[in-house]
Amino acid sequence: MAADEVRVAIKLGFSSGDITLIATAISELARNILSYARQGEILLRTVDGSNRTGILIVASDEGPGISDIRQALRDGFSTSGSLGMGLPGVRRLMDEFEITSEPMHGTTVKVKKWKQ
Amino acid sequence: MEVPILKQGSYLIATVQGALTDADLLELRAALLERVVRMRSQGVILDLTALDVMDSFASRTIREIADMIRLRGAATVIVGIQPEVAFAMVQLGLTLEEVTTALDLEEGLAYLNQKSKEARI
Amino acid sequence: MVRKRNEDVVVFTQNTTIEATESNQTAPRLLRELVAHLRQNRTPLREEWVRRITEAQLLTAMSKPEIFAEATSVYDSYVVALETGTFEALQNYARSLSERIIPRGVETHEVIGIVLLLRDVLARSLFAKYQGNFEELNRILDAYEPAANRIANTVAVGFVQERERIIRQQQEAIRELSTPVLPVRERLLILPIIGVMDPQRARQLTEQLLHGIRTNRAKVVVIDTTGVAAMDGTVANHLVLTVQASRLLGATVIVTGLSPEIAQTLVTIGVDLNKMNTAGDLQGGIEQAERLLGYKVIPIAEAS
Repeated sequence: MAADEVRVAIKLGFSSGDITLIATAISELARNILSYARQGEILLRTVDGSNRTGILIVASDEGPGISDIRQALRDGFSTSGSLGMGLPGVRRLMDEFEITSEPMHGTTVKVKKWKQ
Repeated sequence: MEVPILKQGSYLIATVQGALTDADLLELRAALLERVVRMRSQGVILDLTALDVMDSFASRTIREIADMIRLRGAATVIVGIQPEVAFAMVQLGLTLEEVTTALDLEEGLAYLNQKSKEARI
Repeated sequence: MVRKRNEDVVVFTQNTTIEATESNQTAPRLLRELVAHLRQNRTPLREEWVRRITEAQLLTAMSKPEIFAEATSVYDSYVVALETGTFEALQNYARSLSERIIPRGVETHEVIGIVLLLRDVLARSLFAKYQGNFEELNRILDAYEPAANRIANTVAVGFVQERERIIRQQQEAIRELSTPVLPVRERLLILPIIGVMDPQRARQLTEQLLHGIRTNRAKVVVIDTTGVAAMDGTVANHLVLTVQASRLLGATVIVTGLSPEIAQTLVTIGVDLNKMNTAGDLQGGIEQAERLLGYKVIPIAEAS
């Protein structure tokens, strides 16, 4: 499934633990798009910080959008297996998380993971 | 990728061979349930050693499998979750709290044997 | 940054031949002349160099004979590098030198200092030799300077790389030492945490514990936090995640020695303490673990 993406991460030198986190986040983002917008795209790219390298994942769709982002991001790590949008989970898997959404026009989620 | 299901005594062993699509998971759920009923199995072991990504759908389906099997009076043990996968799962909030887990196939079988021994007493 | 530096080094080490700065045939002749000059004056130039090193108070961790011995080796490798245009031997020497002197506390500025001093000493000797012939001096400096700069660069980079390698190695060792995973009994692991927990260390700990559970086939783990005074929310949450992840591998975790502060943090971030196995101290934790594993410890007197 996310084999190509994972190869990018391996090439960047991420640890196996981080690669699993990245692959899981990609899977979860793809699932979000499928269940809420039907179609969209996921782009991967390497990013260079001041003294580190990382991976940037941009998941965007033109679906219905999210009217209450705060609600969608509400954290609930003690409620096991919360099956809402999975976005809080993705946020925890990655180092940086950014979301923009416009009702009726779609959603874009940008996440980054830096190499340790 | 289809998941082979092996019958071993009164137990069923399903060994995941690699990445699973949603359709594979649903098929596995149907196949396991059908067999538990048909073969009157007392326990099911789901071996996830070869799985390297587990997302919310997979986790939910596995929990459903365990719940449904319990309703048939049988027990389910999930074995072989890799350390990296386990950590990614809990970060996503997928803790499979109601499901029994064990290190590997051997441990899973030991758990089921123990359980059926207790049931006989 | 580091990768970039490595690339630079590759350029230096791959048998780079010194390019003639002027596209005439005089450059090889000048280099030969230069090499001959350095060979001829090996003793006084070495001595002058060592004198300048001592004067500048560099390499103070080393004795005078040691400095002289190393200086001789560097000097000879230096001349070879000039003569052959290959830097491999010098690079290897710089690395082994670094390996020897880093444990003795020699700093980066000292190493850069001594190679720059050597460059100065040699340049001055060239001034002295060619002071009568300004044009010839210019030509010989044209040949000498780029080579000397590359040599200085090679030695300094070699040192810094070696230092970085050692630092990485030490960090690794410290990290592993700081969170030992101890198999105390079949299927029982103890993980004493001592000192400050930061997110980096917490991650390390999780990784080591989860793999430790696999390799030791552990069924019960006692995490003892007696040595940790406080944890922030992030780290405390990480601890909870570790407990949950361990369970996914089939192991039960017992957390012992939680300070009131940490307990407070756990409650604040909303952890259901009923779902976490805890014991007041390590001893209580081990007793609980033994019960879970089906052991019963009784005094020998009672047993017999």
